[in-house]
Amino acid sequence: MASVLFYVLAATALLATLLCITRRNPVHAVIFLINAFFALALMFYLLGAPLIAAWEVIVYAGAIMVLFLFVIMTLELSPGPKGPVLSRRQWAPVLLLFLLLLVSAGLILTYDPAGRAGVPQFYAAPRSFGAALFSRYGLAVEIVSFQLLFAAAGAYYLGRRSKARQPEDAS
Amino acid sequence: MIVPLNHILLVAAALFFMGLSCTLLRRNLVMILIGVEIMLNAAGLVLVAGSAFWQQLDGQLMVLLIMAVTAAEVAVALAMVVYLHGRSGTIDANTFKDMQG
Repeated sequence: MASVLFYVLAATALLATLLCITRRNPVHAVIFLINAFFALALMFYLLGAPLIAAWEVIVYAGAIMVLFLFVIMTLELSPGPKGPVLSRRQWAPVLLLFLLLLVSAGLILTYDPAGRAGVPQFYAAPRSFGAALFSRYGLAVEIVSFQLLFAAAGAYYLGRRSKARQPEDAS
Repeated sequence: MIVPLNHILLVAAALFFMGLSCTLLRRNLVMILIGVEIMLNAAGLVLVAGSAFWQQLDGQLMVLLIMAVTAAEVAVALAMVVYLHGRSGTIDANTFKDMQG
């Protein structure tokens, strides 16, 4: 039952991602990507990561993608000129990447007998997750918090500079 | 026992290559960032699958750290997009090909 659900979710995620990367309008792309993230969150849940599944929805779909939407709508981006998304010249790299994917898929399927075993049932209880996060990985948490602070300062600086620059450009 | 690890790896590989092609081929700065997001999520799927396969928590903890790093990266990158749009009025990556430093 769970495996059927997993394959359905995997198909949903792959299809939504494919639609996402081929949209011309960034708003449509973000909506499809949110769809893919919901499917991924359920896959995480099936693989025994309920906290990660919740954060995938809250942080990725809820915060990061909404930030994308905010920026797209603030800038009033137009979908761009009509015509195919990829020019003819760009199909060669697409084919190359697809061949690479096929080769790596073949390697995974033929040269990795250990991976044929099923993923065992696993459940990361939030209590043990939090205990491991703040004991063994306490330093990493501190470093990441510093990084978020620096990123906020950097984003604020970039935003302030562009606002200060505009009167200059106008004059 | 749900699915073989191989199949999860295949899904993650397909997601990763889709994100990579989006990053490399689209010329819209926002679409390039979306490609980076897709790749990071594919990596997260592999980490969660490995975490379940070996019955260890470390993979899931790493996904959490990746999420935090992604939030920081997106904040700075989108501020950069807004800045570049204010400077040149477009977010086509080809416009900035003569940017130095």
